[in-house]
Amino acid sequence: MSTVATDLSAGPSAFSRDWRRLSSLSWLLARTKFRIAYFNSVLGPLWSVMRPLMLFAVLYVVFTQIVDFGGDIPNYPVLLLMNMVLFTFFTEATGQAVGSLVENEGLVRKMFFPRAAIPFSTVLTSCLNLGVNLVVVFAFVLAYGVDPTWTWLLLPLILAPLILFTTGVGMLLSALYVRYRDISPIWSVASTMLFYGTPVLYVVSTAPERFQRYLLFNPIAALLEQARHWIIDPTAPGTFEAIGGWPWILVPVAIWLGAIVVGTWVFNREAPWIAERL
Amino acid sequence: MPDPAVHIRDLHKTFLIPHQRVSTIKERVLHPLRRSTHDALHVLDGIDFEVAPGEFFGIVGRNGSGKSTLLKCLAGIYKADSGEIVVRGRLAPFIELGVGFNFELTARENVVLNAVLMGVNPRQARERFDHIVEFAELGEFVDLKLKNYSSGMQVRLAFAVMVESDADVMLIDEVLAVGDAAFQQKCLDVFYRLREAGKTILLVTHDMSMVERFCHRALMLRDGSIELMGDPATVGRRYLQVNFAETIGLEFERIDAPAASVREVWFSDAEGRRVDSVPHGQPFAVNALIEAHEPVSHPLVELWISDRDGRRAFAATSSGGADVPPTLDAGQTLEVGIVLEEPRLASDRWYLGCAIKRGSAGVDIVTLVERAADVLIYGSHPPQAPMGTPFHVRAATGSAQRDPVA
Repeated sequence: MSTVATDLSAGPSAFSRDWRRLSSLSWLLARTKFRIAYFNSVLGPLWSVMRPLMLFAVLYVVFTQIVDFGGDIPNYPVLLLMNMVLFTFFTEATGQAVGSLVENEGLVRKMFFPRAAIPFSTVLTSCLNLGVNLVVVFAFVLAYGVDPTWTWLLLPLILAPLILFTTGVGMLLSALYVRYRDISPIWSVASTMLFYGTPVLYVVSTAPERFQRYLLFNPIAALLEQARHWIIDPTAPGTFEAIGGWPWILVPVAIWLGAIVVGTWVFNREAPWIAERL
Repeated sequence: MPDPAVHIRDLHKTFLIPHQRVSTIKERVLHPLRRSTHDALHVLDGIDFEVAPGEFFGIVGRNGSGKSTLLKCLAGIYKADSGEIVVRGRLAPFIELGVGFNFELTARENVVLNAVLMGVNPRQARERFDHIVEFAELGEFVDLKLKNYSSGMQVRLAFAVMVESDADVMLIDEVLAVGDAAFQQKCLDVFYRLREAGKTILLVTHDMSMVERFCHRALMLRDGSIELMGDPATVGRRYLQVNFAETIGLEFERIDAPAASVREVWFSDAEGRRVDSVPHGQPFAVNALIEAHEPVSHPLVELWISDRDGRRAFAATSSGGADVPPTLDAGQTLEVGIVLEEPRLASDRWYLGCAIKRGSAGVDIVTLVERAADVLIYGSHPPQAPMGTPFHVRAATGSAQRDPVA
């Protein structure tokens, strides 16, 4: 029998030393949420494929047939789709994370578990959606006639930083929302602003030259630009080139890292108090 | 002596109740210098106790005495201000049954989710699933969504997960308030089993009979500190005393006096003569005279005999008495006598308590007195046990040798 003495006076921790428990719990909660999302719908899980398809149809009609937004950007329709899918992952996951601790009040107030499992699980649910969406994206990319290159294999180097960044922001927002309920409306406006401030519908090079560098300070923009280079259009400049090389590249990296560190720090600091502040 | 399973030293917990809650950023921005003023509510004020491995430990207290907060600190849900909480082994809290149950999922999926929340790993949870379903008596319904379950079935499932969680230390909060009688009996059986299996259990409850039945020791909380800790009967009695004293006190504030009072209680022999001692085995009666100060509908007089530790050996009510009126008018008195035809009480001093209840359900207590009279039962049996049934002894000698097994 295990007789490990545990000191519980410190209250619940954010992460705990038991990483296996944190990960299995996050995964289980995420899977549950993913499955429940499509219950009672006729098409069921097929919706996770249908949604990006329908999104693509709308984007295609509006931005290539009605307004010629893409101009001479190569493979614009599929670039648009990929950008939308990646950016939506970020807004969906962070938007869900904001209220996640409050929505799961029943769990948080009644059970002792590493608190980070809650925001982690919302991000993981979005990851599952992202996975399905990316399959559709690549189907369209191929169908559109983009030649596969070895750089497609570098996709994880885009996804991993994106997911980490999303998790950091998600932790920050969920912990702050427990104290300040204004976070929710603020974040919904901020997400919209970020959408237009990020080259999703356009590419960095369409912006006035003096703004281009600043646009790429945004870590998401930097990742989208690099994804475009690796996957859709190898002739487009990578982020490193577009931002002007050293030392500018350090700015988005610092912001990216800062969000993760601050998010983790704030969440860790707030974790013991979440149950009583809800 | 082995290390305690749970060790609590000088535990303090304070909640700050703000006078003006600063909870929006606008308020913070507009009034950056205004410190929010607040009252400090000392919910737990220096709690010390230890629970030995294998002990069944009861925690009682009225609402607001701090027992839920203590439980949440113990469960690691709240952070303590200061003090130590050390738990040896894996702890599982059961503050509510079925935490995390999702009605859109099947029993199987819910069991795994619930068990993982309790700290069981997913593989073990799946392995134990069959036991859980068997205990919950859900057999053919396992793949039904939870929303199609009756509430009784949901409770059974939740309780089954708890039983199978196999934690070393279990914190249980009033979980038995639910479920039908048959299932409650099953839960009680489980409590016995857990007790026998040497699990350390901390049970928070209002039900003194549970405390007396299961607990080795109990503590009573009052206003955030320990009022009394020790043997369950003493703690249970103190709890009832404090509760009723305060209830009656409250009524005195609102109305001048309770609706009725117990004027007198006494023991008598079968012929109705007052006595203070009865030979062992002889019939005798317990009596009460009550007086109504305002109309009391469906009056019910409950009389009980208890030993010096407050354990009841006999209890009966006036229900069924032909002369008990449906309503007692103000100023009217009622005398009730209950004759014990074949008393088996052992030779000892016994005490008489009385409660007046009203309402057809017979649960609304008007007033209560404890140990208001006493009687000495005397005779041949020494006072070793509450029951002194006539008996004789048979004995026979035999040989320990058995036929050899082929």
